[in-house]
Amino acid sequence: MINILIAILVLGFISALFGALLGYASVRFHVEGDPIVEQLDALLPQTQCGQCGYPGCKPYAEAVANGEAINKCAPGGEDTIKKIANLLGVDVEPIDESHELDSTLGNGPTVAFIIEEDCIGCTKCIQACPVDAILGAAKQMHTIIIDECTGCDLCVAPCPVDCIEMRPIPETIQNWQWDLNKIAVKQLD
Amino acid sequence: MTDYLLLLIGTVLVNNFVLVQFLGLCPFMGVSSRTETAIGMSFATTFVMTLASLLSYLVTTYILAPLNLEYLTTMSFILVIAVVVQFTEMVVHKTSSSLYRLLGIFLPLITTNCAVLGVALLNLRLEHNFFESIVYGFGAAAGFSLVLIMFSAMREKLANADVPTPFKGAAIAMITAGLMSLAFMGFSGLVKL
Amino acid sequence: MESIIERILQNKFWNFHGGIHPPEQKTLTSGKPIKQLPLPKQLILPLQQHIGRQGDLLVKVGDKVLKGQALTQSSNPMAVPVHAPTSGTISAIRKSAIAHPSGLSELCIFIDVDGDDTWKTREICEDFTKLNKQKIIQKIADAGIAGMGGAGFPTHIKVNTKPEINFLIINAAECEPYITADDLLMCEQSEAIIDGIKILEQLLNPAFILIGIEDNKPRAIKALQHATKNIEKISVCVLPTKYPTGGEKQLIKILTGKEVKSGTLPIHSGIVVQNVATCFAISDAVINDIPLIRRVVTVTGQAVSKPQNVWALLGTPVNHLLEHTGFVTEHDSSKANPPVTSPPVIMGGPLMGFSILNEFVPIVKTSNCILAPSRAEMPSAFDNNSSEVECIRCGQCADVCPSQLLPQELQWSAKAKDHQQLNKLNLFDCIDCGACAYVCPSKIPLVQYYRIAKAEIRQQQQLDLKAEKAKSRFEARKLRLEKDKNAREEKHKKAAAARKIAMSKRSADGGSASSAVAAALARVKAKKKAKSNDELSVFSIEKAESSSVLSVSSDEVTDEKSQVKAAIARAKAKRLAKKDDVSTLKVANKDSEEKEKTIKTVKTVDDKKAKIAAAVAKAKAKAKKEQQPEQSLPSSNEKEVKATSTKTDDKKARIAAAVAKAKAKAKAKKTQEKDQLAVMSNEAHAPFKSSNEESE
Repeated sequence: MINILIAILVLGFISALFGALLGYASVRFHVEGDPIVEQLDALLPQTQCGQCGYPGCKPYAEAVANGEAINKCAPGGEDTIKKIANLLGVDVEPIDESHELDSTLGNGPTVAFIIEEDCIGCTKCIQACPVDAILGAAKQMHTIIIDECTGCDLCVAPCPVDCIEMRPIPETIQNWQWDLNKIAVKQLD
Repeated sequence: MTDYLLLLIGTVLVNNFVLVQFLGLCPFMGVSSRTETAIGMSFATTFVMTLASLLSYLVTTYILAPLNLEYLTTMSFILVIAVVVQFTEMVVHKTSSSLYRLLGIFLPLITTNCAVLGVALLNLRLEHNFFESIVYGFGAAAGFSLVLIMFSAMREKLANADVPTPFKGAAIAMITAGLMSLAFMGFSGLVKL
Repeated sequence: MESIIERILQNKFWNFHGGIHPPEQKTLTSGKPIKQLPLPKQLILPLQQHIGRQGDLLVKVGDKVLKGQALTQSSNPMAVPVHAPTSGTISAIRKSAIAHPSGLSELCIFIDVDGDDTWKTREICEDFTKLNKQKIIQKIADAGIAGMGGAGFPTHIKVNTKPEINFLIINAAECEPYITADDLLMCEQSEAIIDGIKILEQLLNPAFILIGIEDNKPRAIKALQHATKNIEKISVCVLPTKYPTGGEKQLIKILTGKEVKSGTLPIHSGIVVQNVATCFAISDAVINDIPLIRRVVTVTGQAVSKPQNVWALLGTPVNHLLEHTGFVTEHDSSKANPPVTSPPVIMGGPLMGFSILNEFVPIVKTSNCILAPSRAEMPSAFDNNSSEVECIRCGQCADVCPSQLLPQELQWSAKAKDHQQLNKLNLFDCIDCGACAYVCPSKIPLVQYYRIAKAEIRQQQQLDLKAEKAKSRFEARKLRLEKDKNAREEKHKKAAAARKIAMSKRSADGGSASSAVAAALARVKAKKKAKSNDELSVFSIEKAESSSVLSVSSDEVTDEKSQVKAAIARAKAKRLAKKDDVSTLKVANKDSEEKEKTIKTVKTVDDKKAKIAAAVAKAKAKAKKEQQPEQSLPSSNEKEVKATSTKTDDKKARIAAAVAKAKAKAKAKKTQEKDQLAVMSNEAHAPFKSSNEESE
């Protein structure tokens, strides 16, 4: 009986000792904030489109750091999910269907385009644009700064006369991708 | 001094924990897909193993042995290891948040890394003294780190290589590990203890 | 430095790593002189023929242009102009396929050649040594000269340097098989080339000038040696033939033993490299005032019966060149059943060139060769299916890589799209020479993989840049909205405080309803006085404020009669204000203010009917403003009042206020000038509509 008591006491003593050590360490090595949010934010495409259900990329990054699903970023697509999975050390998930991009426009990046003759100058799209890429004033025709547009399509819905549409970015020399086998490398004899 | 050196080389190469004694295979396969992670894991494991073998020596020699409580060794060792791992986790979280994320679940899983408990128990069985325990613990960890990093470097290359489809992924990794193990058998007889 | 020169003088050169010795095939064209071709019927000039940006158009469709006339002008230092290669009429400016591997269309100027070949007036410079540096650089820039070796870097930027130049290297290596354009140019125009080099010397003042030339061009070597025999500074360096000696970094390594560090330019090591054809163009531009409008093009390959070098005007469609060199398609016999794909024509050499989309692609500043191979000569060009098999890790690619990269490693990473690893392996030091693909026993088109990977990485960088910009814009916007919100809250707080003060003042005055009325009347009187003092703008603001205070406080004040009186008083005051001759600007100000007020009151007042009445009044006012039926204005207002008079006093007051405002607006409009009015009314249309919808 006494042996058992000693054994329990010894183990209890050791546990208490280590517990105290861990308690001290948890205070000493307390982590302030979560730098992972910044890293996640850097991976997101920064379209600020809100398709993930959060009002911008940063809030979604914060949510992901707190355990939100990583597969809600439609503009980022598979690539972004892979990168986030890599960073967080979790498995890659297929993109959430409800957050999938509208496939009718093709898979390429798009920009918003205002059909200018239909624009009534209501400024509603300007208020909706998360990156201030729409130029215009009340009662003046608006137009999109293509270089600044992230293609988030948030301006399409608010337009009362439906004069905004999403258009694919035209292929130019600058953004053209090499097509393999278009030219074969020559084997001379 | 020579004894310690021989002990170190012996544990790192000849009696390599992973490839010869087959201890700690789960992190060996689990965290070897990227070199960066493997290096982080190596440091964490080295820290844990060295500290655990030191502490477990102290616990057995100064607490358990005088009280004739040797039957409590396994239990108290697990306690020691768990504490050290917890401590390491806190340190890693504080110092490198990205490494903390990269290691993910494997960091707390060092607790169940059989190599860690193995090194503590082997220390006891081989009747190592205080310094021998530390050297043995460190040597085991160094051997583990060596093969883990080498293996991860190979796996990184394998990831891009055109492996025949049935062998893709874990299969080719197992084969590679087997070949590495064969290679390490070549060290046997290098050090006579 | 000394030892380098010594070594060069002894004709002992260094070597670069790797390189290959493909069959040269230069004898097809090297023995024949450069041929002058008849003028083509039409020229197609892409606006952008070089690295950088395109210039701004100076001409329009239908313009007559003279030979050498500038068609674009550069607004940006990285842009160079293009010139009319001959006289003619501009028939179109539209997108057309250009000499680019993508086969994409870019903006091109189409010139219908008139055949006269009339020059613009030229200023021939007798002695270029008298020109100062800036003048020469200006001449080079105006002549539209871009590097003619391949990349097409604007020359005037390359020669306009601050640092001290140790070596000016003239690249005459022309290492790629088949091409002999520079070779022939050197044989026939060595004097002009030396003049060009002298001009460069004047600009850069290098310590030493080296002409790097491969030993497979004996005639050109002789011509150059003859032309430079009296010039000590220039040394003709005969190099062993090896591909790619003509690569900029490779040539520097061979001649000086120096390696240009990854990510730096030769200029950082005090070295400038210029192509020999560029030197010729410079001498033409500076001395004869001939802009870059023509170049030597090698038309070769076994599919042409008379391969030869030709002087081609820029913009000449490739088929014009092929016609005059006897291009025979192998499918000629089956004309009834024409082939789906035309036989391949390659622009550039066999190793670095690209297949062109169609034969109407024009010659540009960088095109040095048109290669039309036969099927036997280059089967891979006819067959788009890659015959690639698995890599056997032989390592030959690494042996021949002139940039000392690891082509095989690069290939794995490129296939796996591991961009990080590719950067680590210095993919961007790859010069696309194709030596690795040439030696590959598995026939892996390695360069293609690198080109794709490079394009992808560049695009990713652009996307990252864009994301960064979007992020900062988003943050800026968030900040701005936050600030606006705070400012608004601040304003509301102030307004509330002012209201409270006004309320307490009022209650202090008497606390009874009659005193409130008295206060209102007093205010009205005060206003009248103020107005007579001609302080209109101040007055209007004051009035607007007081009116808003009144309209809001009317909800709180229990005595309905006093409210009504106050409202009437207000309306009267406004009417009086309107009678004054107010300037249009002030009216516009007031008008917008009042509009805001109207909307505000509409929002704050709960009573729906009152809202509707106000909206109707507004709409009517707008309608009047548009048609200006001045007579009907009072009657409509009266009708309005009549319609609403049956309602409770409270409502009456509000309606009266709305009507008064509407009237005021209508009157304000009347005083405005007519054109302004028209514009305003058109524009006002939309917001009014929306506010109407809102109020309903």
